[in-house]
Amino acid sequence: MSDVVEKTLTALPGLFDSQTGAAKITNRLRQLVKSITELTSKHEEENLIKQELCAMKEQVSSPNTSMKQMREIMVRAMYCEMLGYDASFTYIHAIKLAQQGGVLEKRVGYLAVSLFLNEGHELLLLLVNTVLKDLQSTNLIEACMALTVVAQVFPKDMIPAVLPLVEDKLSHPKEIIRRKAVLALYKFYLIAPNQVQHIHGKFRKALSDRDPGVMASSLHIYLQLIRESPDSYKDLTGSFVTILKQVLGGKLPVDFNYHSVPAPWLQIQLLRILSLLGKEDQSTSELMYEVLDESLRRAEMNHNITYAILYECVKAVYTIHPKVELLEKAARCIGNFVLSPKINLKYLGLKALTYVVQHDAKLALQHQMTIIECLDHSDFTIKRETLELLFRITNAQNVTVIVEKMLDFLRGCNDEHTIIHLVGKVSELAEKFAPDNSWFIQTMNCVFSIGGDLLQQDVPNNFLRLLAEGSESKEEDDQLRLYAVESYLTVLKGHTSHLPQCFLQVMSWVLGEYAHLQGSVDRREVIRLLTQLLDQRSVSSETRVWILSALTKIPEGQTDLILHLAERLSSSQDTVLRQQAQELLHLSQDSQLHEWVLPRGAPWDAIEVDSSLSFLDGFVSEALAAGAAPYKPPHQRQEELCEDRALNLEPYSFSLPVSLSSCSITDRQSPTLLSVSSGLSGNSTELSQKAGSSTLILEGVKRVWGKDGYLPQKEATAPLVDEPSAAVQPPVQQEAAERTEPRPELSTRNQDKQQLASSLFVGLGVGSSVSLLGRSEAPPPRFRKKPRPHESSSSGTSEKSSGSSCRSSHHTTDIFLYGSFLEEEPATSKSAFDHTPKSTTANGLSQNKDTKEDKHANTSQIFGGDMVIVRPSTIQDKHPPSESSDLTALLPADLKDLPHSDVISLTSDPSLSLSSCRLFRDEALLLLIFISNCTETVIKDVAVQLTCEELKTASLRGNIVDCLEARSTSVCHYALLMDDPHTNVSFTGTVSYQTQPGHTNTLPFSGTLSTADFIRPLVLTTEEYGKLWLSLSHDVKQNLKLLTDAGDPLRTTLNALKDALQLHVVDIIGSEGIVACRLLSGAPCLLHCRVSGAALVMWLRSPHPALPDCILYHCQRALAHR
Amino acid sequence: MIKAILIFNNHGKPRMSKFYEHYTEDTEQQIIRETFHLVSKRDENVCNFLEGGLLIGGSENKLIYRHYATLYFVFCVDSSESELGILDLIQVFVETLDKCFENVCELDLIFHLDKVHNILAEMVMGGMVLETNMSEIITQVEAQGKMEKSETFVFQCPRQDR
Repeated sequence: MSDVVEKTLTALPGLFDSQTGAAKITNRLRQLVKSITELTSKHEEENLIKQELCAMKEQVSSPNTSMKQMREIMVRAMYCEMLGYDASFTYIHAIKLAQQGGVLEKRVGYLAVSLFLNEGHELLLLLVNTVLKDLQSTNLIEACMALTVVAQVFPKDMIPAVLPLVEDKLSHPKEIIRRKAVLALYKFYLIAPNQVQHIHGKFRKALSDRDPGVMASSLHIYLQLIRESPDSYKDLTGSFVTILKQVLGGKLPVDFNYHSVPAPWLQIQLLRILSLLGKEDQSTSELMYEVLDESLRRAEMNHNITYAILYECVKAVYTIHPKVELLEKAARCIGNFVLSPKINLKYLGLKALTYVVQHDAKLALQHQMTIIECLDHSDFTIKRETLELLFRITNAQNVTVIVEKMLDFLRGCNDEHTIIHLVGKVSELAEKFAPDNSWFIQTMNCVFSIGGDLLQQDVPNNFLRLLAEGSESKEEDDQLRLYAVESYLTVLKGHTSHLPQCFLQVMSWVLGEYAHLQGSVDRREVIRLLTQLLDQRSVSSETRVWILSALTKIPEGQTDLILHLAERLSSSQDTVLRQQAQELLHLSQDSQLHEWVLPRGAPWDAIEVDSSLSFLDGFVSEALAAGAAPYKPPHQRQEELCEDRALNLEPYSFSLPVSLSSCSITDRQSPTLLSVSSGLSGNSTELSQKAGSSTLILEGVKRVWGKDGYLPQKEATAPLVDEPSAAVQPPVQQEAAERTEPRPELSTRNQDKQQLASSLFVGLGVGSSVSLLGRSEAPPPRFRKKPRPHESSSSGTSEKSSGSSCRSSHHTTDIFLYGSFLEEEPATSKSAFDHTPKSTTANGLSQNKDTKEDKHANTSQIFGGDMVIVRPSTIQDKHPPSESSDLTALLPADLKDLPHSDVISLTSDPSLSLSSCRLFRDEALLLLIFISNCTETVIKDVAVQLTCEELKTASLRGNIVDCLEARSTSVCHYALLMDDPHTNVSFTGTVSYQTQPGHTNTLPFSGTLSTADFIRPLVLTTEEYGKLWLSLSHDVKQNLKLLTDAGDPLRTTLNALKDALQLHVVDIIGSEGIVACRLLSGAPCLLHCRVSGAALVMWLRSPHPALPDCILYHCQRALAHR
Repeated sequence: MIKAILIFNNHGKPRMSKFYEHYTEDTEQQIIRETFHLVSKRDENVCNFLEGGLLIGGSENKLIYRHYATLYFVFCVDSSESELGILDLIQVFVETLDKCFENVCELDLIFHLDKVHNILAEMVMGGMVLETNMSEIITQVEAQGKMEKSETFVFQCPRQDR
């Protein structure tokens, strides 16, 4: 233990005597600390603390322990907890102390609570009343403590209880109370934004509070609010500018000065707010030019904190709409930072440069020598930041040097986080700018061997996809593959025991797939190398599986080696391995089978995967015939489980599977049961985040730095840059060299550096002289990925390929979606009427595949790899059919233009066949029933009777037809309304008719309708939405799966929901979206969606208790089935 | 937002830890260990910033620290905080401690853990910077200190009488 402690310990008695009472309290603690410091091993410490905890346990449960002793025990407990020992038995006493004690006890109690418990801890509920009492206390200190604890830890559900009291505190006469109240409200906003929606006005009051401290606290809130939606707060720009002006002008009390800088932290906050407000907004930016200029000018004193202000100022100048003079000043500031001998400033300078080069690459050019020095800096953080900067200025010309630098750094780095981060960047650069095949493969080899098993799975996946899908030219692809094969063979001939599993997997895949391209190498050699790997102990069983599949792919001829291997492995302990060995054995003996199973050189995407497993149909039907239970998808199984547990309110209702509304209402505690699928999104978050960040950068570049504007003037001030880079560089380099290295004797080292500089910064000058659009005009990536066929389109092909597979593939879906075992499933009929144009229907599955594919082709041409799926925005946009089946042609003329579903066959007998079609009218659902006479004779007295208890029939027409001609069809209309939402409703009915007079036949039919059929978009403005939201009572919250396959996950997901459920997307602000819809009877339902990580947090409110549940249910299904 | 504030000595012994986000007990200890490991191996003449380790939340967060004699003061913050601003905030914190304890040393922190937390609570509340003005912080702390004194007075006077 430290000597210092021991030395001071000897002096302790005197120290404590002078402090009288305090010494007594800390007596036990002193003993504890003293004994701990005397210990030498961790083990002894553990024993001691255990004893101490036992003693404390005894003490707290003894009735004789006074409050004061309790306080002392709490401090000891805090100490033990800090050292990492569990003192949970004291938690309840901490709460007691806060409840019952005097002010001093309260303070310790509250402190202990905020240290021990987290927001979700159940014991906190016991504290709520105490907090309420203390908030109302007239004692300032008690009120302060209560506010502090409320801001630190407070159960979210209990916020409404304290909210009014905290709000009241905003008008408390004491500024410290007001200030704490503001921060407590901010905390509430962070954890439960909707709860404090109504007090935004009070935030404004806090902003204009007479006390600068209160105003400063309110800036926390505004920074957050403005970050979320800058547009809503543009009107406050003037106020913020005025505040900043006053601060700069020294209008604040001297108390606020720090090292004679007026309220520096306040300035920093204000500058951040201003930069958010001025981003991409010229008129708002103009309001702040003056004050930014003043800020830059005033912050010239030489203290740490002034640099903090300067840095924020520079960032603001580069974020808002550009102004030339300011930019020049800011650039000079950055120069000062970068060249500063103070290491912290250098770091910030590099950060600023990294931020700025996206807009203005030549600024990096000016500082190239410094940047190169930073590359060799002894500080890890500085190096890392420099590489980050280099990453931003990489282009096709300097990529080799920069990547080399990065790899050098990586080789000497042992921080996992940095490795993962940087390796991802290297592979990104390699893919984008690789000058040739060999370099690319070598670089990727480095990436795999350095990054190893820390790598995010998408790096190897992307690499393999690139190899497999190739580009437009087959020759080039083959060369790349060939090179990869050659290089891997070399690698494998060396030492392989240290190679990471992930690299081995990549290698074995490539060798298996493409070793045949390499004519000169003996296949035996390849097999030998791979088999060798199998024998290594360090190779994991997953990798073994990869290797074996590679061996399976290497074909014909080497039967003896393979046989030997397969025999050896067929006695392996690992079942997967054993299975593969068996497959290998069989395939190697039957070359025809081998050719059929593993066709050589088949195009990547032409391999058809029968995802429906239709080849098993025979087996399944046999099993069913033998009495096996039919398959139930997991979702349904869970529902049934749910049904078992919940009280079934409708025991004999018609619908076979459970009606969701009943189960979710009775079993609200476990909504997760219904959202298993929402966890499916899995690891796609990384991808989407990546995509998000890159698009963001480009966006910024384009909008702020338009071709017009300040550019010509800029060129005038810096004419050098207009010339080609070769001509530009020497003068700039010299300039920089003079500045950084004034002594000429260092010239040889300097020359090296200049050489490095010229290789690093090559191409930058050209880029900036052509246009400041910079990276957005970078040459197209070398390895252009083929547009990936979308999942749905591939399933589309399999759907069309065979009727039987289509039927079975949809079977599960149908059970899933419609919850009833109807003979004719809607989705089946969908494929049968594959050319019927589809409007959006309830199940959300019906997409017009052809147009979708077309769109894919278009967008992928435009965006390369980044596909944006453009969907028709409303149902009405979908055009009426061009080719129509016979039945839709029968739609009455006035209804033809309405959005409608496919025609679904309901039932048929030899003489009549019944089909139905749903038409989505604004005020009702129109159910059309087509009655077709299939005979050559006239059918008389046809009468349709439809019953459905849950639905209301608003009107009907055509349900009785006296005489139906041969081969003709009559239409019967039902206008249906749903008063109480049910997830699915079934209708039943009968048709009675007479083929011969006096002889009545009846034909029963039934079908299902979903709530989604009864939902219509509710068109609202954002303000109306806000008002309505607050007035609605029933709410449900749930996490849903986020669709991450396209650029903007939120937008994609909302569009998918809109298409599936006829919702109206009111507004999308940042990561939140608001959506509205109504039930036909008029009950609205508002949906608030927020992206949180990989999930979509959906919050539904409606005046109707069951509606949110129903809509949520359909949203889940719509998303699960995309 | 400030995610955590840690104080530990040159040997990695925690002297104060305050987390503004919830972590499990084990994770907290791991964070302290990892942070110590990261910070202690850095030279004196390098910058005071470190990109965060894996535990405390990926590349968004960073560590900002200062080293005083036997103690490291480490603030873990997200991207919404100004680096230099926090660096000076640490200075304010240490100066305040120094004022309150009159030449603060490591022992003061050990024996008055509660007081250190109380001082910190006047500066940072729920992860947000509440007050940066040293005299204001001291005023608040002293207001609470007064109660303490008056109480000792009440308790001790009778005893002395006896």
